[in-house]
Amino acid sequence: MNDTLNEMRTISVTINGKARQLEVAVNHTLLDVLRDDIDLTGTKECCVVGECGACTVILNGRSVNSCLMLAVEADGGDLRTVEGLEGDDGLSALQAAFLDEGAAQCGFCIPGQLMAATALLEKNPNPTVEEIQEGLAGNLCRCAGYEQITRAVLAAVREGEQ
Amino acid sequence: MNSFHYARPETVADAVSLLDEYGEKARLLAGGTDLIIELRNRWVEPEIVIDVKRIPELAGGITEQDGVLSISAGTVMTDIVEDERVQRHFPALAEAAVVVGSVQIRARATLAGNICNGSPAADTAPPLLVYDAVVVVAGPGGTRRLPIDDFIVGPGKTALERGELVIAVELPIPQRARGSAYTRLTRRRGTDLASITLCAGVDADGDARIAYGSVGPRAFLVRDESGILGDPNIPIEDKVEPLDRIFSLASPSLKSLRASPDYRLAMLRVLGARALETALGRLTKEEVVR
Repeated sequence: MNDTLNEMRTISVTINGKARQLEVAVNHTLLDVLRDDIDLTGTKECCVVGECGACTVILNGRSVNSCLMLAVEADGGDLRTVEGLEGDDGLSALQAAFLDEGAAQCGFCIPGQLMAATALLEKNPNPTVEEIQEGLAGNLCRCAGYEQITRAVLAAVREGEQ
Repeated sequence: MNSFHYARPETVADAVSLLDEYGEKARLLAGGTDLIIELRNRWVEPEIVIDVKRIPELAGGITEQDGVLSISAGTVMTDIVEDERVQRHFPALAEAAVVVGSVQIRARATLAGNICNGSPAADTAPPLLVYDAVVVVAGPGGTRRLPIDDFIVGPGKTALERGELVIAVELPIPQRARGSAYTRLTRRRGTDLASITLCAGVDADGDARIAYGSVGPRAFLVRDESGILGDPNIPIEDKVEPLDRIFSLASPSLKSLRASPDYRLAMLRVLGARALETALGRLTKEEVVR
């Protein structure tokens, strides 16, 4: 088959708390649809083989690589992207901690790091350094800001305890 | 990615009939962590992608019945790692599942997909071999059960025939004390394919077996005929020869970039001894508990 005519399908998905109906090509990844169809470009495209984690989003409470799934697979799901982290009273504790600790250098990996860290803390609100490192092992930072990123997650944990 | 038809059957029968109709031109989609890469790179160009995740029989999670733990085909690595029964009865499977890819990969990748993909480096193959797993397969002729050793054939190849798909992987719960352990060799921790995968299992009666992968076209299961490996009173230094016999099937590829054949063969002995020691230690503990 050629790629001139894509099969389309309508999916229902909650994105950052808002229920949406989307008409998606069945051969487009979730990442494609987020970035190209609905302009949620906070989620980054990088390795597209599931090694870098820049495309990490949270689907039904678990962090996943949006480059490794078709958009149509998210049908009926609850999806969160980096755009949804900020609440009515500003940045999330994690986002603020990333800023305070200087965790973002070039910034490209940060949306993925934030989503992986958010999912980690929702599951394990008080992780050890090792658990943070394992939880973020699927997210590469080519500026090698791992120390600052780990410190930021720990700072967010302390913030949450107050 | 080329265009393709997308089907999301709601029954096993519908999935089987689509598979039967399209044959080689169909690809099954479970976790997708391998398939999406193959589609994007046009390594595979199916006419239809059949998403099996919404079929109730495949989405049933992990259930225990009549001394068998059944892992439905849609079950992801994260669910296996977190399952208390898997941890208790099949610790080496939990150890293998928890090192697959990353947190994100484990939230999507399925056990059945790991086996069906047919990689010689599949992390879960050695523990499934040691645990005598049975693969439940549905097809045009009904359902059949295959020992995992018969299901795994070679690189990218399984015993699945036209129209067939895996419904579940069954693990018989051991009736007596058993120690087992999984270990692997990688270049780095996390998101790496293994240069060696290895699982050792020892029963209370001294029956020992080791399964190892990534050093040949498929993972091999070998039972110890010497009676030496499963004896906790024999020091590991005296187990070198029987261990070498276990590893006689290894034929690591010269072409692999991950590790040289010499290095793999040398490390195979190290990992084998290590996993065996861990398994024996766990067996002793298990016997105390019982």
